[in-house]
Amino acid sequence: METIKLTIDNKEVEVEKGTTILNAAKKLGIDIPTLCYLHLDDLNIENKPGGCRICVAEIQGRRNLAPTCSTKCEDGMVVKTHTTRVLNARRTVMEFILSDHPKECLVCAKSGNCELQDMAHRLGIREIPGAEYAAVSTYKFDTSPSIKRNLDKCIMCRRCEMMCNEVQTVGALSAVNRGFMAAVAPAFEQNLEHSTCTYCGQCVAVCPTGALTEVDNTPDVLRALADPSKTVVVQTAPAVRAALGEAFGLEPGTLVTGKMVAALKALGFDYVFDTDFAADLTIMEEGTELLDRITRHLKGDKTARLPILTSCCPGWVNFFEEYFPDLKDVPSTAKSPQQMFGAIAKTYFADKIKIDRKDMVVVSIMPCLAKKYECQREEFSVDGNRDVDFSLSTRELAAFIKQANIDLHSLEDMDFDAPLGESTGAGVIFGTTGGVIEAACRTAYEIYTGKKLDRLDFTELRGFEGVRAATIDFDGLKLNIGIAHGLGNARKLLNDVRSGNSQFHAIEVMACPGGCIGGGGQPLHLGNSEILKARAAAIYNEDRKKPLRKSHENPFIIKLYEEFLEKPNSEKAHHLLHTRYFDKKKKIIVKQ
Amino acid sequence: MSSIKIELRQEDITKIREICDSFNKDPQELINILHSCQEHFGYLPAEVQEVISAETGVPVAKIYGVVTFYSFFTMTPKGKHPISICMGTACYVRGAEKVLDEFKKELGLQVGQTTKDGKFSLSSLRCVGACGLAPVVLIGDKTYGRVAPDDVKNILKEYE
Repeated sequence: METIKLTIDNKEVEVEKGTTILNAAKKLGIDIPTLCYLHLDDLNIENKPGGCRICVAEIQGRRNLAPTCSTKCEDGMVVKTHTTRVLNARRTVMEFILSDHPKECLVCAKSGNCELQDMAHRLGIREIPGAEYAAVSTYKFDTSPSIKRNLDKCIMCRRCEMMCNEVQTVGALSAVNRGFMAAVAPAFEQNLEHSTCTYCGQCVAVCPTGALTEVDNTPDVLRALADPSKTVVVQTAPAVRAALGEAFGLEPGTLVTGKMVAALKALGFDYVFDTDFAADLTIMEEGTELLDRITRHLKGDKTARLPILTSCCPGWVNFFEEYFPDLKDVPSTAKSPQQMFGAIAKTYFADKIKIDRKDMVVVSIMPCLAKKYECQREEFSVDGNRDVDFSLSTRELAAFIKQANIDLHSLEDMDFDAPLGESTGAGVIFGTTGGVIEAACRTAYEIYTGKKLDRLDFTELRGFEGVRAATIDFDGLKLNIGIAHGLGNARKLLNDVRSGNSQFHAIEVMACPGGCIGGGGQPLHLGNSEILKARAAAIYNEDRKKPLRKSHENPFIIKLYEEFLEKPNSEKAHHLLHTRYFDKKKKIIVKQ
Repeated sequence: MSSIKIELRQEDITKIREICDSFNKDPQELINILHSCQEHFGYLPAEVQEVISAETGVPVAKIYGVVTFYSFFTMTPKGKHPISICMGTACYVRGAEKVLDEFKKELGLQVGQTTKDGKFSLSSLRCVGACGLAPVVLIGDKTYGRVAPDDVKNILKEYE
């Protein structure tokens, strides 16, 4: 490794050749302010377009200030990061950015959590010279089922473009036009709804301003809670409990399951249930389907296609419908836990408490923005009445709790309600990458072999590498399992499936890096993988503490099949818990 | 799903595919592919960009980004009689801007636009190398020299 020495702010530092000044300064504990820069440490991806010019510094012997995020260190370089010239330049740059930015901080959804606002504060901006003369660009406002775009607030950091193209390979967003009219937009500046967007929300998760935000469904939920004729049922996804605390100042990885339940009860929900219950149900359906397909495949049945792909992630479903419609019979037909929950709540549970499905409102709390779109899909409603009415993100729930003057810290832990609140550890680990397939293995193994598993932790399926492979021995049957998180990684595995080179029997895919714990609806982690690892650890911790850790041992699941669904993959289960997929790829039509 | 319908004649689709093939469908050759397609079609409508995307695997948003970044590329079809007004230094100092304004007024167009009937399109360019004739106007292959704003009406009459 070749190293070089340089001086930053009178301190000498030795770094590997190729290191940027910004990273060399970090090594010295010097925190140069950055705005457009973003480092996704676990993916080893840096967004450093050098566009915003906030991170500039003075290099001895150079006439111009250099952006430190994209300037490489040279041997003997002398860098100064806070000279008068540098500070003035930063302030001027910031004033220019702000002159073309709406002054709406008081009512902006991002206020208090906005990197632009923080930077203005850090740089001590107290006025925006010429703001009254400056023309402010105006763009068309765009809203979709999941994501809102307000490009007036865009500062062209292009982080969203990097997430959409490099990490997710979705390619819905690109920088378009030039100069004052420059923006990040879908092709032909159409709305997101008409692009290849999967609503994974990773663009929202990295946006430093209020340009990209989630659609806020809190008012809809508030209205339902205020309506005495409605029974409002809420379900919470596994990844929410591992991240909600962060919005209340708790350390990443603090589990707040009991407090979250208490807060939801305090908010006035009639029944607080757990999506983990539906996750257990998913395992019953998907695991059975997996075993059925593998057994048929081994017997030479050509219609049983392998690998089977998981289907709980709505961003992933949108992705393969758009990019791999030729493979749409490969994923499991099992609905996602969110939708299974809705289907059971509005049939089985509505019957139990003797109300009409129209008088029940099902709300989901999700780490995800694609879930908002998923619950609006036509196939998930009965006569126009959705199985899941509204989906709120973890961030929206945090804001909702704060609005209602509920002090999360002082709440006594409470338990989920029965019967749809009972879950096993297998349901919990759905929240992190590798968790769904691990949960499926726990159940499928015991059903297939008829033997008890002696170890429940399939550590070979855990971890954070983008693509992982492991072989699980089902008593002689060697199952090859693939795992991908992040749509770019999923694409690699899907290309192999398409070309017939895939060695896997089953593949788990999660659209977001890290799985649901890194979802587009979670408190922002801005690429810091330590936060994701802490959330994952919290989830495995909750799994370990559960008395039951295999989905098929959940007594309420057993009861549900006895009383209502008969058996996994029964006709009734198929009707309520399975779905189909659509070809959404654009077609080239030949004009006659 | 995109609301843009990709509807093209078979021969057009074949032509775009040929062009992409001639560059080995290489995403790095995108600008050259766009040049060739614009040379063939006269402009780069959304449909053409969609087919290039399908052939090269470059997301159509990226292609649109390139098309809108470089001023050479256009998504508006040129008119039957494309009008170009030279705005090079020599023409400019001899009043090209006033000539351009007159064309804009007569045709009701801005630079880069085409009349509804597809007859005229208006563009400006930098120096055609005929500075002795400044200000210069090109319509199709025909060159007009020493054009004054008052001449514009008569010039357009030639194309009625």
